[in-house]
Amino acid sequence: MTVLIALALLAAFSVGVYLIGRRRAVALSDGKSARLHSLPGYHGTWVALWAGVPAAMIVILFAIFGGRLEDAALRLQVPAAVAALEAERQEVFWSDAGAAARGQTQSEIAYEGDLKTALDAKAAEGRRISAIGLAAVLGLSGVLALCGVLLAYPRLSKDFRARNRVEGWTNVLLIACSTIAVMTTLGILLSLVWESYRFFQSVSPAEFLFGTAWDPQIAMRSDQVAADGAFGAVPLFAGTFLIMLIGMAVAAPVGLYSAIYLSEYAGPGMRATIKPLLEILAGVPTVVYGFFAALTVGPTFRAFFNWIGGFLVGGPMDSLGQYLETVQNQMALTAGVVMGIMLIPFVSSLSDDIINAVPQSLRDGSYAMGATKSETVKRVILPAALPGVVGALMLAVSRAIGETMIVTMAAGLQAKLTANPLDTVTTVTVQIVTLLTGDQEFDSPKTLAAFGLGLTLFTVTLALNIIALGIVRKYREQYD
Amino acid sequence: MTDAAQLQLKNGRLKKRHAAEARFRLYGRVAIIVALSFLVLLLGRIGLQGYSTFTTNTVSLPVYLDPARIDRADLEGSNYDYVVALSLLKRMGETEDEFGTNSGDAMALVSRDLGFQILDKVKADPNLIGKTIIVTGPVKADADLFYKGEMTRAVDEADRKLNNRQLDWLDRLKKSGAVTSGFNVNFFTHADSTEPEQAGILGAVMGSAMMLLVTALIAVPMGVMAAVWLEEFAPKNRWTDIIEVNINNLAAVPSIVYGLLGLAVFINGFGAPRGSALTGGMVLALMALPTVIIATRSALKAVPPSIREAAWGVGASRTQTVFHHVLPQAMPGVMTGTILSLAHALGETAPLLMIGMIAFNPGLPQGFTSSASVLPVQVFIWENASERAFHERTAAAIIVLLVFMIAMNAAAVILRRRFERRW
Repeated sequence: MTVLIALALLAAFSVGVYLIGRRRAVALSDGKSARLHSLPGYHGTWVALWAGVPAAMIVILFAIFGGRLEDAALRLQVPAAVAALEAERQEVFWSDAGAAARGQTQSEIAYEGDLKTALDAKAAEGRRISAIGLAAVLGLSGVLALCGVLLAYPRLSKDFRARNRVEGWTNVLLIACSTIAVMTTLGILLSLVWESYRFFQSVSPAEFLFGTAWDPQIAMRSDQVAADGAFGAVPLFAGTFLIMLIGMAVAAPVGLYSAIYLSEYAGPGMRATIKPLLEILAGVPTVVYGFFAALTVGPTFRAFFNWIGGFLVGGPMDSLGQYLETVQNQMALTAGVVMGIMLIPFVSSLSDDIINAVPQSLRDGSYAMGATKSETVKRVILPAALPGVVGALMLAVSRAIGETMIVTMAAGLQAKLTANPLDTVTTVTVQIVTLLTGDQEFDSPKTLAAFGLGLTLFTVTLALNIIALGIVRKYREQYD
Repeated sequence: MTDAAQLQLKNGRLKKRHAAEARFRLYGRVAIIVALSFLVLLLGRIGLQGYSTFTTNTVSLPVYLDPARIDRADLEGSNYDYVVALSLLKRMGETEDEFGTNSGDAMALVSRDLGFQILDKVKADPNLIGKTIIVTGPVKADADLFYKGEMTRAVDEADRKLNNRQLDWLDRLKKSGAVTSGFNVNFFTHADSTEPEQAGILGAVMGSAMMLLVTALIAVPMGVMAAVWLEEFAPKNRWTDIIEVNINNLAAVPSIVYGLLGLAVFINGFGAPRGSALTGGMVLALMALPTVIIATRSALKAVPPSIREAAWGVGASRTQTVFHHVLPQAMPGVMTGTILSLAHALGETAPLLMIGMIAFNPGLPQGFTSSASVLPVQVFIWENASERAFHERTAAAIIVLLVFMIAMNAAAVILRRRFERRW
């Protein structure tokens, strides 16, 4: 809150400085602005930038990192009563001390005797530290703002290249914004790699990638039996693959045929109505698909298979019937089919673009030889568009692998190594969600495993995307 | 006729080819019909399930505030639900039995909201104790399902939540005019609750709005400026190539990975508050950034070079050209792309689960740094609830979410139609 007020004050100060700088420039030009190198506004802006930006940077940095620094300062001196505690209890003490200093709710642990005194002392110290920190930063930013004005203002003159300077600032800002994209990738990579590295210190990469048992036990106590759990991710990869296959089996034919029909057969009116309708399907949030899968598709499939099972029981295929009667709501088929529905517009719009990119001359040539439309599509257009279509399908596959909500809500949690679409399976994304949504400490192998899975997911989808985009781009070059 | 054509006719090949053509066309039609029927099924199912939530049944009961049951010294500690249940029993001509079964049955019919209302009234005016007041509030979710015909007597008594006697009471209440059906105001004015009849979406709507505001404030200026630099200023060298490829790839990174990034960097690295609109907004901003950049770049590309050349010709600098001429011309396209990517962010769920937004929030969000729920996560939470009444609410929440998304998409379309220029 104080930070926001400080920033607002700085902004107001900068506006004032802008007006002063501008007036100064007007005064320098003796009322003839043509004599100035830059328009008066640029002079004002330049002074205002010097007044506001460095000071604001300090305040913002403090807002982001200040809390951490204060924590570190608080922990410099460890009271004897705290040092006697176990490491975990010490952490709780420190977080409670911080909470007490900030006036937030503490954990439910009752402190007594020495610990209580230590806590109160530390809370008071924390308040003092944060007050000092805040005062120091506000003072520093104030000094910076004044220095900025005092340094910049005297340099204003008739020939001062204020516009070029301001444009220099703009350029720096633009470049900084573009760098964010790179920083995001770096952030993703570094956080995933670092946490995965910590995970792989307790579980070997070979066990993770090739192990066939996935059972991340919740270790309530460290001496619990099987507290380590098993982290073999092959069942998750298999489940992801199975659901992806089912999804593509729905999305590829439906999406591709609709794209072909829309681009080759449909009239402009039909195209104009059906394309936006398909795009609605693409705009529906995935959690809605998940709801649809869990409460409509799942029970319907289950009822259907149980019904069929009822016919088969007692007949020659009795065991199959018995099995079908036990099919549950959560199965790979449900998640796969609904994921396929989600991917239809994705496949169809990408393929549509690619089919439209095939030059008309190829079609005309084919028609001139007496080929029918379907023959033209099958023998000329599709072969010409094949790399692009493959690329589109690969992008869809990467979408299917990374999709989370549908599988979380419809696929299930049991890690099974099975190819049976009626069985419940689990996927990489489902496990990431389940591992990270509970309340547990951040450093356990269980939570770190999520980052191992995330790294795998990121690598695979990135590879698929790079290959797919490469294929699409290479193919486009042939006609452009 | 040529020989070849005659040959074809004779062998029936032409017929076969035309049959193949017809079949192929049929496949295309079937594919489109399948896709559209999925759409109808999806929206229809949600609409059917959700619309009933928009009406609800409210009950008005005269409640005798029995001085023997309400402790003047400890108003908060008295059981007002029990007081309401006793009044209901009296109205039904029953009395409390020794096991409390009757009052238990009665309590299962009316919302606890009535009890809270009495508490508020008694706190405001303790003299009400001993008098009879009329309180109005929703019936319990199960009773509501019965009134809406979704729980019927046809189902075996053991398989439904309410027994036959309770259903008789409900029928009598309805007949006596104590129960009225009307628009479900509670759903739009309450936050989440453990009781389905009191659970509403206002908290989630506010959370979504706050989160989207954070996302827009971060992603839009940054995305637009990054795109301006890449499109108008950047030299074409290896670094800009890397940035460009990078942005394209970022746009295809699964959203859940952004959640992992938010958890590791924002929460564990910078100590951002868990499950808050601020943290959620920052994560979604990173996710929306590539799409905003891509949309802005294509809008900038669509502005013809003649605009730039004209500006240069009258002595404008590169920066002036871009900010005074090119960007304003590209603005409709930028806005369209931005709104679409924000609409997408509004529907995003997976990354928010990672950063702790799944917590149960019974109140409205207090601020940007306090725990908040958002619409899609609310959908997820309610879907996981075991009670049937929550499933109806899930569908209704989805309808609200879709209405917001449709509104945003429509705004984008209108912007494009009205302001987009063809050069």
